[in-house]
Amino acid sequence: MALTLLSLIIDAVSYGMALFIISIGLSIMMGLMRVVNLAHGAFAMIGGYFASYALVSLGAPYLVAALIAVIGTIIVSIPFELLLYRRIYRKSDSLTQLLLTIGITFFIIGVMNFVFGPTVKPIPLPPWLSGPVDIGFRMVPAHRIFVVICGALTALALWVLFDRTDFGVRLRAAVDDSDMAESLGIRTDVLYLLTFALAVGLAAFGGVVGAELLPIEPYYALRYMVIFLVVVSVGGAGSIAGALAASFLLGLADTTGKYFMPEYGDFFFYAAVIAIVFLFPNGLLGREPA
Amino acid sequence: MNGLSRLLLAGIAFSIMGGAAFADAIKVGVIGPMSGPFALYGQNFKMGIDAWVAEHGSKVAGHDVEFIYRDEGTPNPAHSKALAQELLVKDKVDYLAGAYFTPDAMAIAPLLAEAKTPLVVMNAATSSITTKSPYIVRTSFTMWQNAVPAAKAAKAAGAKKVAIAVSDYGPGIDALDGFKKTFEGEGGSVVESIRMPLSTTDFGPIMQRIKDSGADMIFTFLPSGPPTLGFVKAYIDNGLKAQGVKLISTGDVVPDPDLAAIGDAGVGILSTYHYSVAHDSPENKAFLAQIAKDGAKVGEVTMTAVAAYDGARLIYKMIEATDGKRDPDKALAAVKGMQWTSPRGPVSIDPETRHITQNVYLRKVENVDGKLVNKEIETYKDQPDWGLEKH
Repeated sequence: MALTLLSLIIDAVSYGMALFIISIGLSIMMGLMRVVNLAHGAFAMIGGYFASYALVSLGAPYLVAALIAVIGTIIVSIPFELLLYRRIYRKSDSLTQLLLTIGITFFIIGVMNFVFGPTVKPIPLPPWLSGPVDIGFRMVPAHRIFVVICGALTALALWVLFDRTDFGVRLRAAVDDSDMAESLGIRTDVLYLLTFALAVGLAAFGGVVGAELLPIEPYYALRYMVIFLVVVSVGGAGSIAGALAASFLLGLADTTGKYFMPEYGDFFFYAAVIAIVFLFPNGLLGREPA
Repeated sequence: MNGLSRLLLAGIAFSIMGGAAFADAIKVGVIGPMSGPFALYGQNFKMGIDAWVAEHGSKVAGHDVEFIYRDEGTPNPAHSKALAQELLVKDKVDYLAGAYFTPDAMAIAPLLAEAKTPLVVMNAATSSITTKSPYIVRTSFTMWQNAVPAAKAAKAAGAKKVAIAVSDYGPGIDALDGFKKTFEGEGGSVVESIRMPLSTTDFGPIMQRIKDSGADMIFTFLPSGPPTLGFVKAYIDNGLKAQGVKLISTGDVVPDPDLAAIGDAGVGILSTYHYSVAHDSPENKAFLAQIAKDGAKVGEVTMTAVAAYDGARLIYKMIEATDGKRDPDKALAAVKGMQWTSPRGPVSIDPETRHITQNVYLRKVENVDGKLVNKEIETYKDQPDWGLEKH
């Protein structure tokens, strides 16, 4: 029984880490730019398509394909930022944001469906990531270990970026008081563009490494969006530690629920969401709204 | 002005009536998922029907036949019913066909008696559909039809304790019941029955549960789609295969295009199914050649295209038997007991259940010349719909 529990925790951590990598970009955008970006899943999906194309049609190695996916998705997303997102940062009405971003989502779904067809796109794993790894008391898919490492590195890198660099200082200043930051000579529009690119890049990265758990197909953008939003609202918008904690808790709720009572479906996942949001209305580590 | 508009109206009315009276074309309304996440299967309906029409012409016994497609999108009984009503009332179709999802077929069934219109179900696989109207005939398959041979094959392969894991919805429960009843009837024991939520994409915990149950074989069914590959990979990557736990499933779980993604670790996985693109017969070769000639991709052919191809055959037969008149009883009588060789093998329509009787093949994933295929290793001949036979 102890071994089973330990096994479940391993499954929960790896699932949670995949959720974390995809959701953290959404959390950053919601926390810093106050945009509820419903197209976040669509950008993760575009990353998956890029990677699939690079791997299958170009024969690129896995890590190169992941890099192509991140850069390609950022390039694709920049026009959206310049033409559309720029207008809805911070002060806009939330209904406008939702309508705009859900519209972008449908647009991307339509384009992907038309260009690549409705089938699932494979992201084949290289030999060093496929197959089981024996960790003593059980076998763990090698890819899961890779996801956990990627998640830990992402969290660490983001913490360094926000708390230890000049960019982070400026960004936090812009978040606290954008007018004051601007009058002190900080180019907030450039700052926001960079943050947007960061969020989209993280989405694409998550889309690629999480593709084993959340397969890439045109409806990916809608199918998993609720889960990403839940991670952000449970963790608290803009908080890295919050998103990490939320991903683990929700991964644990989902995994143990599926093990003990699979016929209850997503009941335990959403029961945990309701309980956490009831106790922490701003999320686990979210700030009071200003 | 008033007189003129009346005259106009009368003229319009006359021309409409005249048009209806002289129309001789037999219309077939096909309801299928032409767009959305299941569009591949709607397109397969069209591929199959187009292949049949290309081979046999668009004229039957002097009547032109016209197929009209309507999009059911995602499972939505109310929408499908409305589409069927529109086809019956506005387009005055003589036959209905298609129906990818069980709830949609169920919603259309009550309309058939009143409209005196036969329905050829080309996919929806819940056993009880054909009992909902005497004017329904089905050319696809049922879960029982594939699950019963799977249970027999499991027993023959030496399984003693089986863990069943199926998607938690109608067909999944049919598969579970069909397998369990047969396997226990043959003296095996089912140590675990797991109903997995349809939305499941992470199968780690399910594999852990199967491992803890001490089963020596897994039986599974999930609908074709993204999660099937996830299930098979979780089975391999969590080490169950390495520990000697075998896997048997319905063919939905190991579609041919997925095998490359599963990789060599998948060799030995068993499945039972009524059609494989790799089925070796002259009829199948001709069918695939026709589909390729029509410009469709052979890589996208699924069992749905074959069901549509055979469904079109039944519709032609019914038109011939009734000479294009609306007489559903006569039409159905003509196809009951009908036998022919389909691309999937020899088939017939059971006169009692109006469901297709067909061979079910036991397949094993094998590496043939560096390419993974579902190799047919055994044939379970003339399988009826066990779900209707036994209830």
